[in-house]
Amino acid sequence: MTSQARARLATGARWSALAVLIAAALLFPVVFTNPVLTNYGVFALIFVTAASAWNVFSGFSGYISLGQAVFFGSGAYAVGIAARDWHVTGTGVFALLPLAAAVGAAIAVPFGLVALRVRRHTFIVITIAVFFIFQLMAFNFSFTGGSSGLPAPFLPWPAATYNNPFYYIALACAIGIITLSWLIRRARFGLHLRAIRDDEDRARGLGVRAMRVKLAAFTLSGAVTGLIGGVWFLYLTQVEPQTGFDPLFDLSIVLMAFLGGVGTIAGPVLGALIIEPGQLYLTIRFTNGYYGEILLGAIFLVVVLFVPRGIIPTGGEWIRRLATRGRSALPTALPAAEVTPEVRDPASSGPRGGAG
Amino acid sequence: MSVLLRTEGVHKSYGGVQALDACTVQIEEGTVAGLIGPNGSGKTTLFNVITGYAKADSGEVYLSDRKITNAAPDKVFAAGIGRTFQLTRIFPSLTVMENMLVPARSTRVAARKAVAMELLEFVGIAGYHATPAGTLSYGQRKLLELAYVLVGDPAIILLDEPAGGVNLSLVNNIADRIRQLNAAGKTFLIVEHNMEFVMGLCDQVTVLDSGAVVATGPPDIVRTDRRVLDAYLGEDIGEAGDDPDDAEGT
Amino acid sequence: MATQIYQAIVDGILVGGVYALMAVGLTLIFGVLDIINIAQGILVVLGAYLSYSLSQRLGIDLFVGLLITVPAMFVLGVAIQWAFIRPLRGRERTSMTLLVTYAMALIIEGVLYRIYGPDDKQLTASYVTSSVHVLGFYLPYIYLLGFGLAVVLVVALYLLLYRTRFGRSVRATMQDHTAARLIGIDTSRVAALTFGVGVGVTAVGGMMFGATSGGFNPNSGYDLISRLLAIIILGGLGSIGGALVASVFMLTVVSLVDIWSPTWANAVFYAALVLVLLIRPSGFLGRQAVRAQ
Repeated sequence: MTSQARARLATGARWSALAVLIAAALLFPVVFTNPVLTNYGVFALIFVTAASAWNVFSGFSGYISLGQAVFFGSGAYAVGIAARDWHVTGTGVFALLPLAAAVGAAIAVPFGLVALRVRRHTFIVITIAVFFIFQLMAFNFSFTGGSSGLPAPFLPWPAATYNNPFYYIALACAIGIITLSWLIRRARFGLHLRAIRDDEDRARGLGVRAMRVKLAAFTLSGAVTGLIGGVWFLYLTQVEPQTGFDPLFDLSIVLMAFLGGVGTIAGPVLGALIIEPGQLYLTIRFTNGYYGEILLGAIFLVVVLFVPRGIIPTGGEWIRRLATRGRSALPTALPAAEVTPEVRDPASSGPRGGAG
Repeated sequence: MSVLLRTEGVHKSYGGVQALDACTVQIEEGTVAGLIGPNGSGKTTLFNVITGYAKADSGEVYLSDRKITNAAPDKVFAAGIGRTFQLTRIFPSLTVMENMLVPARSTRVAARKAVAMELLEFVGIAGYHATPAGTLSYGQRKLLELAYVLVGDPAIILLDEPAGGVNLSLVNNIADRIRQLNAAGKTFLIVEHNMEFVMGLCDQVTVLDSGAVVATGPPDIVRTDRRVLDAYLGEDIGEAGDDPDDAEGT
Repeated sequence: MATQIYQAIVDGILVGGVYALMAVGLTLIFGVLDIINIAQGILVVLGAYLSYSLSQRLGIDLFVGLLITVPAMFVLGVAIQWAFIRPLRGRERTSMTLLVTYAMALIIEGVLYRIYGPDDKQLTASYVTSSVHVLGFYLPYIYLLGFGLAVVLVVALYLLLYRTRFGRSVRATMQDHTAARLIGIDTSRVAALTFGVGVGVTAVGGMMFGATSGGFNPNSGYDLISRLLAIIILGGLGSIGGALVASVFMLTVVSLVDIWSPTWANAVFYAALVLVLLIRPSGFLGRQAVRAQ
């Protein structure tokens, strides 16, 4: 088989696999009607969204954010406060979800303007600091309900299928952010982010508007995380300062992205699908919660020490090694000096799309 | 010929060290200019100041008649100055082609890729366009850096030790590229320690010592200039038996 | 009102001195190993629990107990560095070490919960609750002793860094890792020992924290680490002098704000961090272009 035909087959296989996955995801609640299982599904998809949103900014740009909970909690609280103050009830609450996204974005802009001006180490710490500020605000302000938090309006749906609309909403969010990530990665926006990740100063020197690019990605990440925070709030029917702004949330989504492979599209998805159901199971099984923390930490250590680049890149490498057993994967390498280039005069070749 | 790039009285110190001292340099359009001097004489600092990676304490930098003193690196790039680094800086996790696309300005994808391919072929690494830049050898990285600097179609290109650390045939390859680009109208300012490279390529050479300009002129004149020998070898060199070739420095 | 303010300032300085000790450990670790040890907060709490067990089970005095806890924590630090941090390499090293230390913090927190439970504990001793009345100010004994100890230790650290060969190796490694190795410094050993020192001082901080916090539990680690991080960022990552100044400054501010509103005192801490970074992104005394991104 020619290499071109092989490539086409591989692409075809990839798209078919994707179609199968999407079909499976859509059919999941239909096949597994048990609310216990669909509950796993909802949470898994919420975290797929959150981890992918983290990845779109932190994975591509290399600026590790440990403050995504700021957006998550703010989105949750935004929906709660709006529902309470605007007296929204019933299914009308779902119309408030765009508000959650807007709040997430609105917070991301000033947050980013401050945090993105500093070096990477400092950035991480600022995200942690802002996270704690928000948690404190949630505890101390009266309009956030203080330490008792806020409830979500009651939804008069039958218990057997209660989870399903949430499942599909979360699925829509997940597909949305995954598609966005994929588009961004292929576009110049994604290229600039990755260049910033490799060498920000050099990228700047080549004309990349670093602040703009970072802020745009950060805002997108914030908006999506806020949105899914709103969904989470409506599903759980309540938010409290320590659940809306939970340091474990921040750490979990980063772990998920790392497990699957930071900066890849499928990485956070895979990581979330593996870790979230596991975490949920542990919480339910060991209600005396602390095993969960120990296990999470231990898994983290194992992942970072043994699969540092994540499953997808490491797995990809294994596959490539298997596929190219005995054959060199790189183009026949001639030392550059021996390649005699055609004498092309770059200055006289047609109108350059370039500078100007 | 008009002066394309000019610095006037640039001072720059780092803590107690005077890296640049009233540094005044003129590069004429269409020439290949060399910048030499012992280690620590301020050559890379001058590059950094010109390209906006360091702020001058005082003095001015002009591109044609435009003052670009202390402009940010992306403004300098947009104004038409390209620059490579002593330790090559490329984007290792991006493919070679993607490296070329980072500085690209055109809004049409096809145009950007076409220009990129052309330049990759010009430097001779087109075959590697889909490989991650991190896997390239040192020499290939130098060629990549040269190629992507050219994407912006700069009027003048600052090369920091283009011949450093690479084998002889690649050095000649690079020299050929520079000549070709120069013939097409591009101006060059090259920092180098490889004297043969400089002497064979440059129309004009400026010598820096301790941040100040010590001599400037055609290569043959400069290499035998007393002050240049002093700069490289220290002040107590003997009278007789001085081999001008000693000016090749450390 | 005036006495309240002066008292608050005095309190702030005394508490700041203790925080300084922990912050210096953290910034030292950053300076030499180029990592942010997120576990520093929970290690302080661990130190508090160790002092607690020694005092409750074996009746050992808090300060005397330090003779056990400090070496123990030092060894723990060296072990952690050797086992979990040393193997990390590559471009992602910064993020990976951050996550590893965060993971360690989680594990330690979980273990502490298992052993001690979630209820607040407190370190008690005769000198914890009593104070000496000087010039109209109340100076709690525990704070005086702790501050004195902190001063002694910081001076000892200074002497270690600037007057011994080991200290020279540490400073060399801080400035240029590769150059240090080229002149024969065993940077792995330096890294391990520095981490050990950075953790060892948390034993002292932990004892002080346990005695003065009014009740601690495994969850207290979060608040601590965020404060410590804010302090070392303000002081400039890697700057020991900066950590000292920032600790005293920040804790004094918190102490003053506490007069007006206890709930906001904490928030002020972080707000101050953000404010300072807006004006001076590298902190009070930070090196400008610390490391390449």
